Amino acid sequence: MDLRSLRPSLARFDVTLVCTVVLLAGVGLLGAYSTGGEPLLYRQLARVVVGCAVMIALAHVEPGHFARWAPWFYAATVAALVAVLVVGSSAKGAQRWLAAGGFQFQPAEVAKIATPLMVAAFLAKRRGVPRLSVVIGAAAFIVLPVVLIGYQPDLGTAVIIAVAGAGLLFIAGTSWRLVISSAVVGVASLPFAWFLMKDYQRERVVTFLDPEKYPLGAGYQVVQSKIAIGSGGLYGKGWLSGTQSQLDFLPERSTDFVFAVLAEEFGLIGVLMLLVLAGIAIFRGFWIAGQSQEPFGRLVAAGLVLSFFMHVFVNVGMVSGVLPVVGLPLPLISYGGTSLVTTMAAFGIVMSMFSHRRLLAD
Amino acid sequence: MSLHPLRRDAERERRRYRSRVIVGAAFAGAGLLALFLRAGYLQVVQHEHYTTLSHENRIRIRPVPPARGLVRDRAGVVLARNFSVFSLEVVPEQTGDVESTLRHLREILSIDDAEEEKFRQQLRHMPAFESIPLKTRLDEREVAIFSVNRHRFPGVDIHTRLVREYPFGEALAHVVGYVGRINTAEQRRLADDPNYRGTRYIGKTGVEHSWERTLHGYAGIEQVEVDARGRVVRTIDSTDPAPGADVTIGLDVDLQLRAHAALAGQVGAIVAIDPRDGALLAFASAPSFDPNLLVLGIDRRGYARLSGARARPMFNRALHGQYPPGSVAKIFLAFAGLDQSVDLVRGHVQCGGRYRLAGTSYEYRDWKAGGHGRVNLEHGLAESCDVFFYELAYKLGINRIHQYLTSFGFGSPTGVDLPREAPGLVPSREWKLAALGRPWTAGETIIAGIGQGYMLATPLQIASATATVAGRGIRLRPRAAVRIDANGAGSGEEVPPEQLPAVAAEDADAWTRIIEGMEGVVHAEYGTARRIGGGLAYRMAGKTGTAQVVHQATRTSYEDLESIPWERRDHALFAAFAPSEDPRIAVAVVIEHGGSGSRTAAPIARDIIDHYLNRAAPGPAGLIADRAGLPGAPQP
Repeated sequence: MDLRSLRPSLARFDVTLVCTVVLLAGVGLLGAYSTGGEPLLYRQLARVVVGCAVMIALAHVEPGHFARWAPWFYAATVAALVAVLVVGSSAKGAQRWLAAGGFQFQPAEVAKIATPLMVAAFLAKRRGVPRLSVVIGAAAFIVLPVVLIGYQPDLGTAVIIAVAGAGLLFIAGTSWRLVISSAVVGVASLPFAWFLMKDYQRERVVTFLDPEKYPLGAGYQVVQSKIAIGSGGLYGKGWLSGTQSQLDFLPERSTDFVFAVLAEEFGLIGVLMLLVLAGIAIFRGFWIAGQSQEPFGRLVAAGLVLSFFMHVFVNVGMVSGVLPVVGLPLPLISYGGTSLVTTMAAFGIVMSMFSHRRLLAD
Repeated sequence: MSLHPLRRDAERERRRYRSRVIVGAAFAGAGLLALFLRAGYLQVVQHEHYTTLSHENRIRIRPVPPARGLVRDRAGVVLARNFSVFSLEVVPEQTGDVESTLRHLREILSIDDAEEEKFRQQLRHMPAFESIPLKTRLDEREVAIFSVNRHRFPGVDIHTRLVREYPFGEALAHVVGYVGRINTAEQRRLADDPNYRGTRYIGKTGVEHSWERTLHGYAGIEQVEVDARGRVVRTIDSTDPAPGADVTIGLDVDLQLRAHAALAGQVGAIVAIDPRDGALLAFASAPSFDPNLLVLGIDRRGYARLSGARARPMFNRALHGQYPPGSVAKIFLAFAGLDQSVDLVRGHVQCGGRYRLAGTSYEYRDWKAGGHGRVNLEHGLAESCDVFFYELAYKLGINRIHQYLTSFGFGSPTGVDLPREAPGLVPSREWKLAALGRPWTAGETIIAGIGQGYMLATPLQIASATATVAGRGIRLRPRAAVRIDANGAGSGEEVPPEQLPAVAAEDADAWTRIIEGMEGVVHAEYGTARRIGGGLAYRMAGKTGTAQVVHQATRTSYEDLESIPWERRDHALFAAFAPSEDPRIAVAVVIEHGGSGSRTAAPIARDIIDHYLNRAAPGPAGLIADRAGLPGAPQP
């Protein structure tokens, strides 16, 4: 990394995006304190600090470096995903964690960045409307980590990467005909996916279709989180006063179900503010992608923003009972290190496209 | 439009890219809007619904059981009270593993099989978040041992519970009764009574049963917030329970202990009544049992041992025991004769030790082989001449005998405030035909004259009828409770004595003559109970009774008591009141297989009456408790 890349001043930062991301992380701190008091708050705060540092550092990196390093990063991630299946430690029936030098991380989270980077790098080299062979090649880069992650099993992350990857192929210019026919094939093959699922995944789908039928079993989480959200009303019960979360009725409340905690305590007003913040981050990201002159940069930005959106959508969708529970955190807000740092890293990469747009245009 | 082809391509590509980004952004925008609408639907449209569910989740209405009222004796001595026990209880859900918890608990505390069996029984039937008692009476050492090890046992804790205690144990078991865990039948009966939600114990017998509603009090309500594990986080609102009222019974615990002691080693009952207000002064049945054993529930074997014992200690003989009254019935026959002005009561019979109905050959024997000679009514009573009463019964006829015995309260429950009282039996023509399908015979009328045959009476009925004689016909319903204190002692409400239809005499002289005869039993040199008459500081009116267990004809003699096997010996009875001119106590003593009333029952009656009349007038309650060295002095 040469010193020139560190030159962009603060003025060249995308202040809007930085502020939005930090605000969302701040909302996460409110949630962490509400669900676990000071211990959770301080740990999450430390992660936010680390995340910010990573984000700002990456914002300074010249996009070309990402393109050059993408294949190696991707290869390392795939290797880590294989390693996780072989030597990883498991939690709640899934092997997701890999210990490295004293701390643990989830390679699947890293794959959320590595995959769009790799696909973008691959597509950027092949100008014009992607031909079928290019699309298939790019799809192969997506399918490999998706399968490895799905095998852990971590259905949620696999779906996010697959859908965000498909979105990336769409934004890259894949013809409508191909997009529509793949969508049709995809929907038609859904029943086959049923046979590939593990029992607990099937149970989740069944539970999703009829949660009230299993109020104390698998449907408990959704029933309780809907109660939390619904009882929050317009203005919420007040910070730290959500009975559903404070009295332990809500499971996984600091991590995957933190949205329900916030919805209960801050009401629809809070939900609106949260979604508006997420929307600002997403639209600003798309705007940066649209502004970017360089094919790799704009594809990476679009792919990462799409991934962030899918994340928010699937998480809030499952917590509010419109999507199956797949075990996915709410990015930037849920308590947890890997997700927070990788999401901020992703925004750092997006910012890099903004920071360097003039340099590239020149 | 003269752009370089390459530039033009790039331009077209960029434009398409932009349109795709706009599609993507629109897609994202639509997604976020959908999420917002979903949240709005839950939080605004269905808000009420989810608020209700949220409340149901966290708010529980819990009944708070009231503290049970105390039972005191007439001087205020506490006969039934509540005390705290340390109870080791387990919340199965919080232990993680109940089995290993039990195993490790057994390493530090002794838990016997019976306790474990009871625990397992409840473990199967109670929800996992409910606290189940494992060991109900921890001593201080055990509490200390557990407290030190407590951190090793999540879900196990020591609770303080109020448990009923009967300081006098078996001496009052048959009158105070006891409480026990609410059983399935009682649970069904109380299912709709909000007052009993949260109550674990209910009166099973005695005053505890008959005054259950008064002693129980009113349950309070507590609105609590619970967490997902059902643990109480805080109390939102509460209405305090109203403790049960204290019930004061007319019993004199000092006298009761005397009566209980007098029955030691015997099978029988003693009932003492104050003839002036019907209050039970003593009410003892032997053998007895320790009611404290039954409060916390004894295991099945222990209960079987208690209820199956040959002498049946759980059987309340004073209330449920039905005995032929024997010669005690002569008192009431005499009154019938006087009231009906049967010629005989103004004359006499010549008793030769035998009686024969005219025109028949069967001879009814008198208990005294040689006969009593010339006997009038007073002598008949004092000497208990059978022949006189054979003749009197014959003259009265069974219909009138039935009428008079019934008027004294025989043959139906007295209505005392103690549960499930036995009715006794006064035979009549109608009764015999209905019950046995055979007509009444003249011979049965004859033996009714000496209280034999079909007639049965409870010791309580005998005492009550004796009190009626003492009151010269005034009948008061026997009663245990005399005062109810709803708000602690002192501000109580008296339970008024209840007058029953009096036994009215045509001629008031009738009572005088009967009492004279009964005084003769004790004080005359020919009285059957003259042995107890020595050294009496007051006049006592009494009547001995000996109820045949085995028919006379199958026996050889009255004299060789010691040679007769215990279970074939006669029941011994004695009924008395004193002082005869101003009666303050009426007593009935029944000793099963006691042999003869004069030898066994009469001395006990004298002991009770002596004790009652000779001691100083009852002072403040505390003094009585002190003097007797008794626990349970009344609390202010």
